[in-house]
Amino acid sequence: MKLLTLNFLTCAIKTCKTSPASFPLHPRDCELEVVESESVNLPFLKNILPRLMWDELRVIADELGLPALPSTPPTRDDLVEPSSSSTTTISHAQNAGNAAEGQQQAEEKPSQTARDLHRVLLETCIKEGKLVCGNCGHEYKVMEGVANFLLPGHLV
Amino acid sequence: MLPTPSTSHVCFDRVYEPAEDSFLLLDTISSSSEAAFLRERFHEASSTPPLILEVGVGSGVVLAFAAANASSVLGRHDVLTLGTDINSFACKAASQTVESAIKDFGCKPSVFLDIVNCDLASAVRSHSVDVFIFNPPYVPAELPDLSRHQSFNTLPAGKESTTFEQDSYLLELSYAGGEDGMVVANRMLEQIPEILDEERGVAYVLLCAQNKPEEVKRRIRDWGPGWMVETVGSSGKQAGWEKLQIVRIWKTAA
Repeated sequence: MKLLTLNFLTCAIKTCKTSPASFPLHPRDCELEVVESESVNLPFLKNILPRLMWDELRVIADELGLPALPSTPPTRDDLVEPSSSSTTTISHAQNAGNAAEGQQQAEEKPSQTARDLHRVLLETCIKEGKLVCGNCGHEYKVMEGVANFLLPGHLV
Repeated sequence: MLPTPSTSHVCFDRVYEPAEDSFLLLDTISSSSEAAFLRERFHEASSTPPLILEVGVGSGVVLAFAAANASSVLGRHDVLTLGTDINSFACKAASQTVESAIKDFGCKPSVFLDIVNCDLASAVRSHSVDVFIFNPPYVPAELPDLSRHQSFNTLPAGKESTTFEQDSYLLELSYAGGEDGMVVANRMLEQIPEILDEERGVAYVLLCAQNKPEEVKRRIRDWGPGWMVETVGSSGKQAGWEKLQIVRIWKTAA
């Protein structure tokens, strides 16, 4: 389970939804694995920044014992390797679809900050462990990378 | 025509096999009219990446299709996909379906999050969903006894495979919808205003003729000012009992 997924999940118990403490869920006793993906999706990383609940993400990283995230989120410019954006456009054999967009972005290279963010959000996965609600304390298990949010009958 | 994701790795003894309903969803979200609607809503390249949530992913064929064809359907590829299913075997199978589809024919990769084992969208953060997709268990048939769920949702202790009884139960979950086939769908419809993004959220829900779709649509319009619902796809033009349709639900500035 990717850490970015936690940006979109809360406790499954109805009465917790109104409590700010039900987000984020707190990882506990987690075994992590790094699943490397082919490439850093720079346009995605730039656009996702405003959707990231940064303070909550910092809490999660801290609780997992990962290197501390900076206190403020990176900017779009922080994600681009400084030398790369000025490179002259070299025209590649044009692939079908979005050629113009592709050309422009192909010249930008992800910075170390972008690679680090990619690693935290999309490559660092919870393999086994628990996710705990900060409001009610309910523990959700993660097994073989799948989080289980099913509740016992009396809590539904 | 956009390619259909492979589900050859999925065990259909305990996970719903893609059928006419699944394909109607694929055809509808990629139809020229829906793609135009969605592009209009989401094409702004600098806006934040839309989150697509599918509840009850089953084999994952629909979510995988959306993930791999995001550029054609939404006009952008920086799209997030998230799924849920009550069946843990479906969760694992669907993850594989989405990952392989993105790898095999995503000309530009969208970003797959996870499939979580969850009742409907109960663990999804409020107002975080931009495109919601749901193919409910819509057959008017008695709901399975959920008290067995915990034991049937995992492999029996010490065993390598599921039992026949377990498989039957898991498949029942994928199609049995109780009275009018609407018991599960109604629970989900109730959650939709809560999970959809308040500005750009849109939901696609499949209904069959026995679900009394016109009644369902009337109820949705009664949610409050601005709520819209329209049939945007249908199949089985004969008056068969399983005539299917896809409704699009969204909110306009009231």
